[in-house]
Amino acid sequence: MIFSIIIAFVVGGLICVVGQLLFDVAKLTPAHTLSLLVVIGSVLDGLGLYEPFIDFAGAGATIPIMSFGNSLTHGALAEAEKHGLIGVLTGMFEVTSSGISAAIVFGVIAALIFKSKGKVS
Amino acid sequence: MDAKTYQQTVDQLAPKRPVLKNCLTAFLTGGIICGIGQIISFMYMYFFPFTERTSSNPTVATMVFIAMVLTGLGIYKKIGQFGGAGSAVPVTGFGNAVVSAAIEHKSEGFILGVGGNIFKLAGSVIVYGVFSAFVVALIKTILVQVGVINW
Repeated sequence: MIFSIIIAFVVGGLICVVGQLLFDVAKLTPAHTLSLLVVIGSVLDGLGLYEPFIDFAGAGATIPIMSFGNSLTHGALAEAEKHGLIGVLTGMFEVTSSGISAAIVFGVIAALIFKSKGKVS
Repeated sequence: MDAKTYQQTVDQLAPKRPVLKNCLTAFLTGGIICGIGQIISFMYMYFFPFTERTSSNPTVATMVFIAMVLTGLGIYKKIGQFGGAGSAVPVTGFGNAVVSAAIEHKSEGFILGVGGNIFKLAGSVIVYGVFSAFVVALIKTILVQVGVINW
């Protein structure tokens, strides 16, 4: 158990270092960097590489935003396997729903209870 | 001064980014967030009937909840100043972007302000995530149906 926490720490940390290098060296904006990581995640899942990566790294692979691209592709592919081409559209949000629903629900709740503390960049 | 020499002057005068230090703080911050995520997913596996693979969904939702509380209290901004990409790349950064946009635009009302702007910062991630997932899944499905590869 301690071992898999350490693996999650190291792998997740390394992905964030890649993000930081895209910020600092490639001079991308955060929005460009995160979009790029999501696209990389979905391509990796298309190649069948992301599931083994999750088996190895656990939360180190599921917490970074790359896994968002992975789970979108994964849902689309799982439905496409059953229903053919139309499944690509119908299955898209099957696996990802928790992240987006949680973000929307908690976003509205936060707007209800918190006040703006000056400019948020 | 034309655009090229201007850019050169800017590059010379702009402060050098401390890349190594930034990478170290990003590693620590991102690593700690993912470590916490691993502990939360262990709790879901231990107390609820989730498996190694299915525990990632409730874990992501929990991390977004934590991000909401930290954003609302103004703590996530400080984590972001220290951690850089380490706080932006994990899903908590996505939650922070949504929640901070919601709080920020509250003054414009709940429909036009909160509803219209909640994905202002995080929208590009969803748009290009969905679009790339569509392209990748479409290519793979066609390749399978043509018989080039298997599922």
